Amino acid sequence: MFDYKETLSDRIVNIKPSGIRKFFDILDEMKDVVSLTVGQPDFVTPWHIREAGIKSLEQGRTYYTSNNGIMEMREEIAKYQSRRFGLEYSPKNEIIVTVGGSEAIDMAIRTLTNAGDEIIVPEPCFVCYSPLVTLAGGVPVPICLKKENSFKLTAKELKEAITPKTKALVLPFPNNPTGACMNKRDLEQIAEVIRETNIVVISDEIYAELTYDEPHTSIATLEGMRERTIIINGFSKAYAMTGWRLGYTLAPQLFTAQMAKVHQFGIMCAPTTSQFAAVSALKNGDGDIEYMKGEYDSRRRYIINRLKEIGIDCFMPEGAFYVFPDISHYGMTSEKFCERLLMEKGAAIVPGTAFGVCGEGFVRISYAYSIRQIDKALTLLDEFVKSL
Amino acid sequence: MKNKILTHLENDARLTPVQLAVMLGTTEEKVRAVIDECEAEGSILSYRTVINWDKTGKESVIALIELKTIPQKDRGFDCVAEKIANFPEVKSVYLMSGGFDLALTLECRTMRDVAVFVAEKLATIEGVTSTATHFVLQKYKDNDVIFEPDTTDKRGNTW
Repeated sequence: MFDYKETLSDRIVNIKPSGIRKFFDILDEMKDVVSLTVGQPDFVTPWHIREAGIKSLEQGRTYYTSNNGIMEMREEIAKYQSRRFGLEYSPKNEIIVTVGGSEAIDMAIRTLTNAGDEIIVPEPCFVCYSPLVTLAGGVPVPICLKKENSFKLTAKELKEAITPKTKALVLPFPNNPTGACMNKRDLEQIAEVIRETNIVVISDEIYAELTYDEPHTSIATLEGMRERTIIINGFSKAYAMTGWRLGYTLAPQLFTAQMAKVHQFGIMCAPTTSQFAAVSALKNGDGDIEYMKGEYDSRRRYIINRLKEIGIDCFMPEGAFYVFPDISHYGMTSEKFCERLLMEKGAAIVPGTAFGVCGEGFVRISYAYSIRQIDKALTLLDEFVKSL
Repeated sequence: MKNKILTHLENDARLTPVQLAVMLGTTEEKVRAVIDECEAEGSILSYRTVINWDKTGKESVIALIELKTIPQKDRGFDCVAEKIANFPEVKSVYLMSGGFDLALTLECRTMRDVAVFVAEKLATIEGVTSTATHFVLQKYKDNDVIFEPDTTDKRGNTW
């Protein structure tokens, strides 16, 4: 008898499937659910960007590009990063265009990790970091971020997590799911700790454009940090381009040259059509970003106000498009809370535990939805908590 | 602030001043003041609902009419345009550049009603020299709203 179990890699089998997947599977089966669950924009990619992609197809640009991405795109990324965030990277040897931010994260982690290396992952956070560290043979070391610190990483928490085996720190801000941001003063504290060490920062800045109170600061702009930082960014969130699967890394040449091996052997190159579309995004898309950001900001204020009226305590998110309210006083787990809300009222939100064990007591509500939809879902949430 | 309020209202006229105040991080009083000002200066003209009447079974015919007229001394096209705008069947009137002078949209119950309106009411106005009537076969988009849109949320449930 063919034994599948024996064929599989222990490393893969031992990775727990994401808890949220189960919840989403139930959700997918149900009809007429008012959902505030998805982690992607509700806007369609702006027309000029789509048109640039279509044009590239009409012109027969259906080939592989150079491994690290077409030069015009890398040049535009460099200009954009300089213009928006004051970062200076060479298109020639410090930028790799990847298949979404996800591939960029994977590539960075694999490039840094030897067996047993520890990588610090502040949680709650996007679900991919820890499994990818495990896949690379490393050991993820979670730090539990606290609501009383506005879900920011503090120097003290970081110091306590560092061991001689620490290789890298994942810095996921603006944060999914909490909406927390780290401003220049916050980052300075972290940089002070990191500068004393040989730790690399993997700064996931995919939500950099979606900050509502102050503009995003990259840790790489702080003194001495550029040389030890790999920046992850991409097009999905800022330009509503999730389906195009396009991201990139910005990193010193010594990192980039090594990461390029992972990328060229594993992926070859990012989708060509998407790259041509992205050139238009970078050249002509600043206005689109401002427009979408304005919309998200209105919804953010609206949703926070509704939660307050309902009597649910919520940290005011400063970035991304999620709120992360505290539901711990209702006396049930996050998962139970979401399951009951779904079954009893037909409204869907995501349990905080999907983003790390320290998400217990919280739920994530996405506001990448119309005001009407947000309003409907929160009315159901209001009815639900009143029934408890 | 004014432009933001107007943009929100243009998309959804049902938003209340309280909701707008929350969304824009200001007070209800300030929003009310801006709306009052806009109504007074005429930048807000009306709060309408875009309806797809086809869904209701109501019979109606829409026609676009190109009109040529002789401009009048001192008043140009204003006199004829204002006269036409007063008919309740006329939904819009524009002065155009190009091969004709006025463009109007007309809504009647039947094609025969359109024909009667053109022949008896429009063509007889002093100064109107010719009309060309085009019937609308189907509406795809009107007032910024796409008709019969696919509104199902096809986004994958991701993190």
